[in-house]
Amino acid sequence: MNVPAKPAANALRRRFLKDVAGAAGGACLLALGATVYARQARALPPLAIRPPGALAEEAFLGACIRCGLCVRDCPYGSLTLAALGDGVVSGTPYFTARDVPCEMCEDIPCVKACPTGALTHDLHDIRKARMGLAVLIDQENCLNFLGLRCDVCYRVCPVIDKAITLEKRHNPRSDRHALLIPTVHADACTGCGKCEKSCVLPEAAIKVLPTRLAQGASDPHYRRGWDEKAKAGGSLIGEQVQLPVRGLEETTVPGATP
Amino acid sequence: MSMSRRDFIKSQALAAATATATGAAVIPIASAAPAPGEVRWDKAACRFCGTGCSVLVGVQNGKIVATQGDPDAPVNRGLNCIKGYFLSKIMYGADRLTQPLLRMKNGQYAKDGEFTPISWDKAFDIMAEKWKAALKESGPASIAMFGSGQWTIWEGYAASKLWKAGFRSNNLDPNARHCMASAVAGFMRTFGIDEPMGCYDDIEASDTFVLWGSNMAEMHPILWSRITDRRLSHDKCQVHVLSTFEHRSFDLADNGMVFVPNTDLAILNYICNYIIQNKKVNLEFVKKNVNFKRGETDIGFGLRPNHDLEKNATSNGYPGADGKPKGDTGKSEPISFEEFAKFVSEYTVEKVSKLSGVPADKLKKLAEIYADPKRKVVSFWTMGFNQHTRGTWANNMIYNVHLLVGKISEPGNGPFSLTGQPSACGTAREVGTFSHRLPADMVVTNPEHRKHTEEIWQLPDGTIPDKVGLHAVAQSRALKDGKIKCYWTSTTNNMQAGPNVNGEIYPGWRNPAAFVVVSDVYPTVSALAADLILPSAMWTEKEGAFGNAERRTQFWRQQVKAPGDARSDLWQYVEFAKRFKMEDVWPAELLAKKPEYKGKTLYDVLYANKVVNKFPLAELEKVNGHAIQGYMNDESKVFGFYLQKGLFEEYAVFGRGHGHDLASFDVYHKARGLRWPVVDGKETLWRFREGYDPYVKKGEGVRFYGHKDGKAVIFALPYVNPPEMPDKDFDLWLCTGRVLEHWHTGSMTRRVPELHKAVPEAVIFMHPDDATKRKLQRGMLVKVASRRGEITARIETHGRNKPPVGLIFVPFFDEGRLINKLTLDATCPISKETDFKKCAVKVSRA
Repeated sequence: MNVPAKPAANALRRRFLKDVAGAAGGACLLALGATVYARQARALPPLAIRPPGALAEEAFLGACIRCGLCVRDCPYGSLTLAALGDGVVSGTPYFTARDVPCEMCEDIPCVKACPTGALTHDLHDIRKARMGLAVLIDQENCLNFLGLRCDVCYRVCPVIDKAITLEKRHNPRSDRHALLIPTVHADACTGCGKCEKSCVLPEAAIKVLPTRLAQGASDPHYRRGWDEKAKAGGSLIGEQVQLPVRGLEETTVPGATP
Repeated sequence: MSMSRRDFIKSQALAAATATATGAAVIPIASAAPAPGEVRWDKAACRFCGTGCSVLVGVQNGKIVATQGDPDAPVNRGLNCIKGYFLSKIMYGADRLTQPLLRMKNGQYAKDGEFTPISWDKAFDIMAEKWKAALKESGPASIAMFGSGQWTIWEGYAASKLWKAGFRSNNLDPNARHCMASAVAGFMRTFGIDEPMGCYDDIEASDTFVLWGSNMAEMHPILWSRITDRRLSHDKCQVHVLSTFEHRSFDLADNGMVFVPNTDLAILNYICNYIIQNKKVNLEFVKKNVNFKRGETDIGFGLRPNHDLEKNATSNGYPGADGKPKGDTGKSEPISFEEFAKFVSEYTVEKVSKLSGVPADKLKKLAEIYADPKRKVVSFWTMGFNQHTRGTWANNMIYNVHLLVGKISEPGNGPFSLTGQPSACGTAREVGTFSHRLPADMVVTNPEHRKHTEEIWQLPDGTIPDKVGLHAVAQSRALKDGKIKCYWTSTTNNMQAGPNVNGEIYPGWRNPAAFVVVSDVYPTVSALAADLILPSAMWTEKEGAFGNAERRTQFWRQQVKAPGDARSDLWQYVEFAKRFKMEDVWPAELLAKKPEYKGKTLYDVLYANKVVNKFPLAELEKVNGHAIQGYMNDESKVFGFYLQKGLFEEYAVFGRGHGHDLASFDVYHKARGLRWPVVDGKETLWRFREGYDPYVKKGEGVRFYGHKDGKAVIFALPYVNPPEMPDKDFDLWLCTGRVLEHWHTGSMTRRVPELHKAVPEAVIFMHPDDATKRKLQRGMLVKVASRRGEITARIETHGRNKPPVGLIFVPFFDEGRLINKLTLDATCPISKETDFKKCAVKVSRA
């Protein structure tokens, strides 16, 4: 496969070794360093996204041996090895979507390169990757919420029409145009970050966040009646008796079962 | 104009009251000069597509600092697409051209020289020298100009006068030839008059929208959100979309249909057949308003005459063995309704479904919406129909469908040919900058039309040549063949946008026999392939006017100065005219008919003719002072009169009283655009129908007055194969086009960092199975090649466009990947418009 130029993997590896050496050399800083390190381990910054197939953060940190092979094999130079001060555990791989998003290679070279399974080798279909979740955070500044026809995030989405759809609503202000609202669907969004990268605003209105920050959860004690009906192919309680309405015997009441 | 919100509302109320009182759309707004450093807002039309969104332009300290959609504009109500959103950035790319650049070696012009800055004076010196030599040695046929549907109205008009009257050459053509010449030819053949009968108000009045080869979701984004709103808010509403690949407009489709390229012709005939078989013909309408004709069919494909496909064509109009033209591509013979019914009867649903690949039930659903008398239908189309080797036919054939059922020229019912460029209608078509046209739908081959034009232009009889000039593709070929010695293009980028760049265009431009001048704002592929580059002013750096797809003419004032020595194309044409004495350009016998022109310059005769220079400089303040106090524009200042007003008022004489009435110049500077014909202070929304159109008399009901008998024509035309189809060597169809983020060749939008970041490069959209078959995967760099050239680009199998197996789609905005090296320079033989939508290619690993 032909790939764009990328920084030599050796250079990255050297940088990593330097970082590590630097950290190790500062013996007097070690105690303090350990504290910072521990805190970082618990809280990955929200805009640092792990490569496809990364285990849950704690397990990932346990499994990742900071070898940098995934970074070396990323053909687009998306992945970086964290340096001290990046806010990410030193030596571990991550990417910042706004700078260089994941291009979702079909052969997933970063996963193949991982010697430990920190990037799980069970991931064979890049569309099943869940690196994070895109969230349209700023609905006040998103151009499509204003009625403009930007929808760049939608059109650049590699899982277009599944991970992002345009939901159509009436624009009451113009009264003759529709609002086409970009809507992210968690069941298909891989968190690749193409949408965040391409947002034309000075600060992206759509951002990829770690799933734990991006997603709420529904509670099983309440079900969505319309979804349940659709799933069952009809009312869950079968046909019910419906009496005619006096004075409107000939008229079909809207919504009534004929 | 600087106003607080309250002042603005007050002035609007005042304007509304005035308008009611006078019955005219004149809006006097009290003006106040903005304090230094404040933002001054004034109106303009968007620089991009044919939708014609209105914007307000904010100027501060001589620079455009912001724009906004005009919230009161009827087209867009304050909205813009993502290109329009970045209007304020398009003029400020780091590499704006600011001085003339000539290829020079040792201080002299040299075809193989390096671009060297020179003065305008020197630039016009070398141009005049080359022009005069060409005219003297080879005559007016050896010079040519290529313009654009992005010219302002007066730029197109000034160019037309300079070429057709001044140099006496009809070798003037706009890039609109690549864009909607088939629409023009279709209108002229069916109705005898150009441009849509309806308007955008049809959208809110219709039940059904059918897109034929138009991806409005990306190419007419604001109109698309209007259609989407109608689909949302009107229960009955249906959207049908036809294309050779699945694109974004399919997202809204109730009936999406992907057909095999070229079989749209068969589908159109099937619909007519269905309507007739099911007895849904509007007999009364057809009897009163329609003639039937059978068109010539063996008309070739507009390829070079020595091409195999042209040698045997009996009616391609090319010289035959005896030197006489072989037939006439546009010829037709009257037939009866019964003969037409018989002609289309072979287009059964079974046959057409098999040919087109569209399931029969989908075809029936489509035919039924046209047939159902209770359903209103608007058909929209753009390049899918127009860029088609049978583009004129496709246009004729959609009119067949609407005419058979009488669904035309009334709110919510009508065929609607959309335009791609902001002034395809206003300039290219209405002004008549085509090689065969004159203003107001007149043509150079009609002696009465020439005479009428010569009268208005104060020219002696016989000034305007009676032969059709060279169209776009013919210009490229003539350059390559050494027949054109001087070539001037502006507001267009044909080296990237024209077909078969390797085979025809580049060899032509770099032919040592040719001197090529490109007026442009950025160093485009075309500019860099020229011999002389002239730096142009753009958009609101000049006073301008565009005409959009619904016949709406919009004006704007000059807002800021162009950078450096950049000058408007209008200034370039008018100033260049000063370099020619009449004796240089007209033969003595012609000049003898107007002895008073002897010793004068082209400038004197064409522009200082007591009509164009009628309005003194004081008029600028009078017409525009309500918006900008002390208003002046750069061209008027140089020439000493209100040049734009003079040109417009002379031009408007052509159309007034002839179905193309434009309002007065002053009114347009106070209105949000007006839809012609503007008669008795009123716009016209639907043409050809009594009550809506002032040219249809009481009691006439419907009258297609473009033809003398008041009738439109239904044409019997067959399906034919295109000239190049996939075979074992080149096994895929190639279709080219645009993306929402970029305008045409990207010369403006690729200089907006945000748009460039959104879509940095063209990719090859391909079906995943086609990729697998070739051992390719998404993101790979691949080579796509035709018989004419090749490029490399990345492959996209899951993107916004989803081609069927056997077809790829590649956008043409990317100057780093010139897809037009691959395209075939075949045209519709009638309209001469190139088919950019189908040729044969192969794809392999790079």
